[in-house]
Amino acid sequence: MIDFLNSLVVLLNFIIIPGLSYGSQLALGALGVTFVYAILRFANFAHGEIMSFGAMITILFTWFFQSQNIGLGILPTALLALPIGIIATIILCIISDKFVFQYYRHQKSVPVVLAMVSIGVMFVVNAIIRIIIGTETIKFSDGQKFIMKAKQFKVMTGLNEGLALKSSQVITIFLTIILLSFTFWFLQKTKTGKSMRAFSDNEDLALLSGINPDRVVFITWMIVGVLACVAGTLYGLDKSYKPIIYLNLVLPVFASAIVGGIGNPFGAVVGGYVIAFSEIMITYAYKKFFVYILPGPLEPSGLVQLLSTDYKFAVSFTILVIVLLIRPSGIFKGRVL
Amino acid sequence: MNNLIGKNLTAGYGGVDIIKDINLEVNEGEIVVIVGPNGAGKSTAMKALLGMLSLTSGSVEYSNKEISSMLPQNRINLGLAFVPQTNNVFTGMTVEENLEMGGFLREDDIIHTINDVYDLFPILKEKRNQSAGELSGGQRQQVAFGRALMTKPKILMLDEPTAGVSPIVMDELFSRIIEVRKTGVGILMVEQNAKQALGIADRGYVLVNGKNSRDGSGEELLNNPAVRKSFLGG
Amino acid sequence: MMKFERYEWIAIAIMISLFIFVGFIQGWSVSLVILNMCIISAIMTMGVNISWGYAGVINFGVMGFLAMGGLAAVIVSYPPIREAWQVGGTGLGISLILLAMLVFAVMYINKVVIKKSSKYWINGIIIFLGIIIIRYFYLNATANIEDVNPALAGFLGGLGLPIIFSWFVGGLFAAGVAFIIGKVALGLRSDYLAIVTLGISEIVVSVLKHEEWLSRGVKNVIGLKRPVPYEIDLQNADWFINLVTYLNTSKLNNVIDINDKQELLNNLIIDGSGIFVKLSYAILFLIVMLIIFYFANKAQLSPWGRMMRAIRDNETAANAMGKDVVKQHLIIFVIGAAIVGVAGAMLVTLDGLFTPSGYRPLRFTFIIWIMVIVGGSGNNLGAIFGGFVIWFAWIEAAPLTTFIINQLTLGLEPTNALKVHLLDSVPYFRYLFMGLILLLILRYRPKGIIPERVRHS
Repeated sequence: MIDFLNSLVVLLNFIIIPGLSYGSQLALGALGVTFVYAILRFANFAHGEIMSFGAMITILFTWFFQSQNIGLGILPTALLALPIGIIATIILCIISDKFVFQYYRHQKSVPVVLAMVSIGVMFVVNAIIRIIIGTETIKFSDGQKFIMKAKQFKVMTGLNEGLALKSSQVITIFLTIILLSFTFWFLQKTKTGKSMRAFSDNEDLALLSGINPDRVVFITWMIVGVLACVAGTLYGLDKSYKPIIYLNLVLPVFASAIVGGIGNPFGAVVGGYVIAFSEIMITYAYKKFFVYILPGPLEPSGLVQLLSTDYKFAVSFTILVIVLLIRPSGIFKGRVL
Repeated sequence: MNNLIGKNLTAGYGGVDIIKDINLEVNEGEIVVIVGPNGAGKSTAMKALLGMLSLTSGSVEYSNKEISSMLPQNRINLGLAFVPQTNNVFTGMTVEENLEMGGFLREDDIIHTINDVYDLFPILKEKRNQSAGELSGGQRQQVAFGRALMTKPKILMLDEPTAGVSPIVMDELFSRIIEVRKTGVGILMVEQNAKQALGIADRGYVLVNGKNSRDGSGEELLNNPAVRKSFLGG
Repeated sequence: MMKFERYEWIAIAIMISLFIFVGFIQGWSVSLVILNMCIISAIMTMGVNISWGYAGVINFGVMGFLAMGGLAAVIVSYPPIREAWQVGGTGLGISLILLAMLVFAVMYINKVVIKKSSKYWINGIIIFLGIIIIRYFYLNATANIEDVNPALAGFLGGLGLPIIFSWFVGGLFAAGVAFIIGKVALGLRSDYLAIVTLGISEIVVSVLKHEEWLSRGVKNVIGLKRPVPYEIDLQNADWFINLVTYLNTSKLNNVIDINDKQELLNNLIIDGSGIFVKLSYAILFLIVMLIIFYFANKAQLSPWGRMMRAIRDNETAANAMGKDVVKQHLIIFVIGAAIVGVAGAMLVTLDGLFTPSGYRPLRFTFIIWIMVIVGGSGNNLGAIFGGFVIWFAWIEAAPLTTFIINQLTLGLEPTNALKVHLLDSVPYFRYLFMGLILLLILRYRPKGIIPERVRHS
């Protein structure tokens, strides 16, 4: 019985909690990508950099608040700076739309041209970030780091295995729940949200119903800005902020959106967790788990690891390829390929 | 009285004029049908009235007001409504949401209008929470029709409302169209099923090769031997 | 032979004068270094241009194909490490045979089992079991190989052939990977294809980064043999010393003191040897570039090229005319990737080392795409021009930025925080330039600087 509990704690500590928090970050990112895809109808390669930009602004203001000795006590100061980051990210999105994307939308350019354009935006935003904040790794989480340390848990329960709960993980999951509920409430229940779904569903008919495309696009960028900034900041808070990492993050984010069914917000969220859990579960060494759960003679000698952690990143793409082969429209039917 | 008049309309796609010098008129409370052989420019004429393609020459007037340069969205606001032939519902949304979107521009309470539509098409009330993409062809046409009615239009334009539905459904749709006319709405429709359409029409236009060929009351056209011969099947 | 339009001659003249200009300002050595990379970039760009410009098939896997070319350079030229073969060869052989068996088993099941859901299940189970068995042999073998003299070797080594062969082999390697990717992903809409190829190229690079037995991984392979002479050999070769003396007769005659004369000669020889090496590379690369250019143009003008354009411009119509669009897309995707692979092998040849962790998408995929778009997709000369100009801009962005920042902050103290920060950030401004160039071209000259010629055929 104790062994069973220990094995459960192992799973919880190394798979479920990290998976939930990483999955939440991917889900928020993928939701942003899917919004752009559903309304503006292109794959936005700049999304990773938009996330990074939001995190950067949040960090700058976190530093400012810290220098003024303004804080939130046990909570990280970044939460206080987050709204400013969100506003800045929204402004960035709107500016990039006004000066870049809008032109091609009015030209009715094909999606692949818009994707190319987004690469241009990606370069520019990437450069701005590097010029402003450099390329160093930045840790900006303060406040109480752990809600529960592994040792505390051991003492508390008397188990062999510890369960650590970082505050960044709890904040991630908490904020994700709030944002996701708000987004889905907005899409399902409000008139504006419904008009966005209508626009995504059938643009011509939406125009015939008097839905104003400019307003839909504007609100889309606002939502994308909020989601991207929060996702970027949470990722940085959890793992530490490194500007170049976001370019790599864009791939699992895309994978999540496509696996779930691109253009489908619910699919994007599910896709985020699917990708996160697969990455972690396929590269986790289960030795410890099996040592607890199996009787002595059956205990494995190796690490019981499907793939080395080096390939964490490759996992998301392998899943993407498999999904595209078996069910090209994603788990929850997205737009037709 | 509200009316929509197209004067000397010439328009087309990519520099090629499909309709040439066409005149059309529809008044409140009447059913007007545009018939003609395939490729005669029937749908094009209707789209030109709505502003979905730009005019090479000619003008569109609504209640004595020139609206030729107005965007389609803004014409909707004036009291025009349009049901396209295909892709005319939001497939991913429920029936009720489709109707709500139809009334997007309305500031007042749209619940009464929704109920009116449900009275007109009782089956939609039954399926109100089902997504429109799951409905049958005829039911979809009803949703499309209902969506257009949500703006409380003065003039309603229908592009082949009975395309691809069974004869029974077609009869039902036509009887609904007549009911709608009773509320004072002017209806302009393009129809492939010319015989039946002219049967319910107050007036009709025959287009051939992008030009006005003949017009008159529905009965007149139905009884005209030349019209009968050319495309009513004798 | 193709004839150039006037503006195309102007483009060629601009390219040549850029290098002469840099030669006079920054020295011929710098100019040749830039030129060599420009030529390699131009080849990569032609590779992408063939699939994108001719047929509209997007290839965001440039980085992966380059890395495959780089791997070819290692495998062809590095001397074999016999000990590693002895300890791990058998195990690897067994895993390879098992893998082949697994692939055949899956293909067989795909053929025999009709029902979709049971097909997936059976295949899933077979693959899972197969991988577990293969891993047993494979992990033992690779662990043994990686234990062989890890500081210097720890991998299988190569064939010990002249590295120049690898240019061809690199093309083959890249083509092989492209074939697999194409089989899987072609037929998807182009923006999906972009994402999928980008992702698979990341997988390719991460394999090269982590499979040490194959590529030494992050430990890098250094000291690859050159196809051209080494500077030190040249400096001791009589014919080279004579050549330098002959070329600089007048300069040497101006110096009277015999010691000074010897010193000047030594300096000239050292400089000259460097330039000679770079020049040899440049000539080799130039030959490859011109060969590819010649055939690419010939192909574009052939009926096959015409068919590709037809497919690009109207896929539905081409389909209806009975052209097998997916097959043609696969062919052109593979050809384009092969050319990129050649460039990848050349790149490693030039560097003399293979560093898997150096392959980053920003530098090796997106910059190449900027070259294609800026140069003009569908035009091979445009591709070369794009490769030259963008690489040139990439290199010269730093000195230019420094100059601009210094001019703008002329009034500020040298220790001013803003000035210091900006000068520290100089390397990042090149990304800004690249982004702006791409956006401006896409907006104001969407067909590129040298657009595709409109042909009426």
